[in-house]
Amino acid sequence: MSSTVVVTGFGATTPLGGDAATTWDRLVTGTPGVHALTYDWVAELPTRIAAEAAVDPATIIERVDARKMDRSTQLGLVAALAAWRHAGLGLGEDNPVDPRRLAVSIGTGIGGLHTLLGQWDIQKEKGHRRVSPFTIPKLMANAPAATVGLRLGARAGIHTPVSACASGNEALAQGLDLIRLGRADVVVAGGAEGVIHPLPLAAFGQMQALSRRNDEPERASRPWDVDRDGFVLGEGAAVLVLESLEHARARGARIWATLAGAGTTSDAYDMVAPDPSGQGQAEAVRLAVADAELAPGDIRHVNAHATSTPAGDGTEAHSVRAALGDATDEVVFTGTKSQTGHLLGAAGAMESMFTVLALRNRVVPPTINLEHPEEGLDIDIATTARPLPGGDIAAINNSFGFGGHNVAIAFTTDNITED
Amino acid sequence: MATTDEILSAMGEIVNEVAGIPVEDVTLDKSFTDDLDIDSLSMVEIIYAAEEKFGVSIPDEESKNLKTVGDAVAYIERASN
Repeated sequence: MSSTVVVTGFGATTPLGGDAATTWDRLVTGTPGVHALTYDWVAELPTRIAAEAAVDPATIIERVDARKMDRSTQLGLVAALAAWRHAGLGLGEDNPVDPRRLAVSIGTGIGGLHTLLGQWDIQKEKGHRRVSPFTIPKLMANAPAATVGLRLGARAGIHTPVSACASGNEALAQGLDLIRLGRADVVVAGGAEGVIHPLPLAAFGQMQALSRRNDEPERASRPWDVDRDGFVLGEGAAVLVLESLEHARARGARIWATLAGAGTTSDAYDMVAPDPSGQGQAEAVRLAVADAELAPGDIRHVNAHATSTPAGDGTEAHSVRAALGDATDEVVFTGTKSQTGHLLGAAGAMESMFTVLALRNRVVPPTINLEHPEEGLDIDIATTARPLPGGDIAAINNSFGFGGHNVAIAFTTDNITED
Repeated sequence: MATTDEILSAMGEIVNEVAGIPVEDVTLDKSFTDDLDIDSLSMVEIIYAAEEKFGVSIPDEESKNLKTVGDAVAYIERASN
């Protein structure tokens, strides 16, 4: 049995665009996805900016279906169906995948928050008889994964990793495991998040985690910059189609990258603060490199977690160097949250997709707004689109989450279908 | 006071809103589940939308007996008179 897992398709809906191609084009050219919010409720909040999805998913999904889904599920379904099509796969009778060999792993950080709070508002205002009977199936955290599984007819299990901002990467790591363990041939894996709502803006604000650069939204998300003052809340979804190399080859699928390894650790330090020693992050990177049977020198690109919070960005730079040693000198880093904002549970999946595209197109998308890098980072950060070398190379996508979750995913150029 | 036709017309709009079924297909003889293929949770939404629209109360033990659109229209007509 082959333990090689490849990426045969991807789809996304993000603050930069309603699909993966538009998102990538805007990412490479350095387009900010952060804007001022214009809702009535925003006025009293200290943070009045966010990175909303560029295309409202409710305008794409059939109306009657959309009203049974929370926004997070709508986003996840749009991304998953796009990924499925991108992998050359059809629905219904045109679906060539044995449903008993098809699994889903789509994570989320928070879940159906719009539904939960919206229905509570209705109950308070109009009473329990006006609460939607769809409330629970809409708000539950597994709703995006379950909705995708139902649509694709998956019968090999549906999973929902929930590890805050590491959820998307954890979903990919789980997909890798499911295929390696022989439990599925194809796993639709990713993350979805849609929680731009006054409560999270207030709550993250109370943690002093959000940027308050309301007068300059496009410049608010600035990983590694000395003037960064917090992350920018984003929303969206990204989904990758993971497939065993054998299964992909048998159906003649186009291969975009190899998902070569994953490393998962936990800090055992604090609920929300990253361990300043970075040892858990470094160990996740080391484990991913080892799991992928790579050497540190193979890693030429890291899509960093880099959220633009004062505490996190510098630690990550040091932890990657701790893991890769002097080979870090040859690594081109980027912090794409500078453009997309922070998609929480969808971030890992979206940034893994960016990592796949960086390897495939041999270009690292830029970190925007990095005007004055923090002292002592000792890493090479792309501030304009930067070429990657030819030959066999590898890249890492890092995601870390509240709770002390660290998940690093390693992709390689192995098996890529050339044009 | 609403007539049978007015109630039927409003029910058509509610069923269309909740389940996407064309208004013209919502006729008195149609069964919600067998003919219009409405699932049980959507049926709950239709009942409470009707309660709000017509200012009537349709208790759960009554709504179970509303098999057809005609049953619902007749119930609403009685309850609102």
